Amino acid sequence: MADSSWLYSFPEMERSSLRAIRKTLDGAYKEFSREYGDLIESIFDPLLSFLIWFEKLLLSTPWWIVLLLCTGLVYVASRSVKLAVACFVSLLLIGYFGMWEDTMRTLSIITVCTFLAIAIGIPIGIAMARSNRVQSVVTPMLDIMQTMPAFVYLIPVVMLLGIGKIPGLIAVIIYAIPPVIRLTNLGIRLVDKEVLEAATAFGSSPWQRLTGVQLPLAMPTIMAGINQTIMMALSMVVIASMIGVKGLGQPVLKSITNQYFTLGLLNGFAIVALAILFDRASQAYAKRTQAHLGDQKHD
Amino acid sequence: MTESVIKISGLYKIFGPNPKKVLPMIAEGLSKDEILEKTGHTVGLKDINLEIKKAEIFVIMGLSGSGKSTLIRHFNRLIDPTEGKIVVEGTNIMEFGVHELQEFRRHKMSMVFQRFGLFPHKKVIANVAYGLEIQKIDKAERLAKASEWVETVGLKGYEEQYPSQLSGGQQQRVGLARALCTDAEILLMDEAFSALDPLIRSEMQDQLIDLQETLQKTIIFITHDLDEALRLGDRIAILKDGELVQQGTPDEILLEPANDYVEAFVKDVNRARALTVETVMQRPAMRITAATIEGALAQMRKSTHDYGYHITKDGFQGIITEKELESAVSLETSGAIHPDIYEDVPTVSPESAIEDVLTETISSDYSLPVVDSEGNFKGSLEKESVAEIFSEKSSSEKESTATEKESTTTEKESSS
Repeated sequence: MADSSWLYSFPEMERSSLRAIRKTLDGAYKEFSREYGDLIESIFDPLLSFLIWFEKLLLSTPWWIVLLLCTGLVYVASRSVKLAVACFVSLLLIGYFGMWEDTMRTLSIITVCTFLAIAIGIPIGIAMARSNRVQSVVTPMLDIMQTMPAFVYLIPVVMLLGIGKIPGLIAVIIYAIPPVIRLTNLGIRLVDKEVLEAATAFGSSPWQRLTGVQLPLAMPTIMAGINQTIMMALSMVVIASMIGVKGLGQPVLKSITNQYFTLGLLNGFAIVALAILFDRASQAYAKRTQAHLGDQKHD
Repeated sequence: MTESVIKISGLYKIFGPNPKKVLPMIAEGLSKDEILEKTGHTVGLKDINLEIKKAEIFVIMGLSGSGKSTLIRHFNRLIDPTEGKIVVEGTNIMEFGVHELQEFRRHKMSMVFQRFGLFPHKKVIANVAYGLEIQKIDKAERLAKASEWVETVGLKGYEEQYPSQLSGGQQQRVGLARALCTDAEILLMDEAFSALDPLIRSEMQDQLIDLQETLQKTIIFITHDLDEALRLGDRIAILKDGELVQQGTPDEILLEPANDYVEAFVKDVNRARALTVETVMQRPAMRITAATIEGALAQMRKSTHDYGYHITKDGFQGIITEKELESAVSLETSGAIHPDIYEDVPTVSPESAIEDVLTETISSDYSLPVVDSEGNFKGSLEKESVAEIFSEKSSSEKESTATEKESTTTEKESSS
């Protein structure tokens, strides 16, 4: 056979075998989700009920209490009157333009996502900092999580858990968790070697070293990671709304399909306002806890 | 003499992926460079044997890359040796498990670092109390103890500051207080004063010497500065390319450098400050022990000298010249030697630095008598030997000084 067609067109695998591969994988995964879907769903049940409870709490509390609470929290975190006033005014505007409920829904899911991302991300970051092997395994996974289009990993999640809050939550966390992991790892690795050596020389155990020296000194970097995580979680709300997460994302989605320019813009601005508030408040808080880095009198 | 607190024997440290494999190559006598070229392993330390005595300041000196910082980290096992034994107070610390090692570091040894190694997020007082915090000592108790040490190092009033608000010298005082606060008997100081400017450095050296007088700790001090080594050290070990070149007292290092390397080091040292009268004085040329002028003159005439040192059982009396004796005899004021005939010459103490007695030595016509605090005559300080300290010596001359030195040491031993 002197067939030289492979020189001109790429020697692809047989269509039939590709179909077979797809069929087997899809079938296996369908089988898996049919088998274990309920079990896995039940694992997430406590989380789901917490999410619903938290959302209801925000929605059922009178709006002015939530408004004052948010303003108060921003002030406590940042100790800045300017920022607290900005928070108050922007929340008032959001409510006035009829986006209060959606904003509360978004706020609740973002808050839960952020706490989960921190709770999962920091231990992973610590493990990465302690072992080069863990780092070399986790880093490519983080790369995939950050670059893989969100829709692609939404497919299996939706297949497994259906449409709703939990799949949305998982999608948001997958997308938003890498910064906190990466920066926890980086922050701990950047801790001055001599300071760490001093801690060891005085006989501190690995746990004492971690909690007393490494984490406090890595805190500025870790806080930057948390900040990034919050931002990325907020940017995911529109995509999450495609799989049934209610909130500011849904009106945006509706605006895209129906070409409602103003509705989209207003909801977009509400997301931006939330993002800026989260960002400024968390950064100001981080700065305030790092008192020792400031006001250097002389060196 | 005093017992040894730390004993290190046959210590090797090789850096690289498979250090054990390289050990036999060192035994075969391959050099550091050859091993690096052949295997990619760096020989950090090679056959180190040390004994450190209780309550002495033991200085390990070497240039950068000589392995001195690696060596000091073996004392508390911040670095583990490739091979060798480290015995502290009779216990082989190489056999310690994780927990025992932690306890050992908490109670037996503490460390001061070159770049201070302070915790930037803790206030001065919390930094000093860190060692006690690790030992889980009650907060009130550890803060009370820490504030005592803060005061001792002269930082009272700075307790609530952060390290970044202090100057370099103040920061290292915090480092020193932190190390002393755990009451560990052994203090490791890794180039503790090298990052400070010269004035602050000598201030800190003084403070360390003062503290050591009352505390009597065993201190291992690392430095690259020979002046500092000579000033602080009871004994000095010189490290070059991971090997111990010479160990000894400051005087031994200065006067009998073991090889060219040490000699090159020693050349730049201000010897007049580092050496004491005791180490350069000579066996007295002429002792006059007679009680009468006639007897003294008789003794003097028998010798080739034209002056002598008059000694009685009460110790050194004065310098008498032959001329003076002869005129006394001719004036027929015979009998006991009268204090009037002594030459007007100052005496020097054996412990003074050469620098301090320089003017007297040079302005006097005679070799100055060296007399200790009890009035005993120890020897004489010749102008020539003082001048030699300052002159750039060729190696042949050096040998002659070395032999002279031997005679002085035997003299010292016999007189004491």
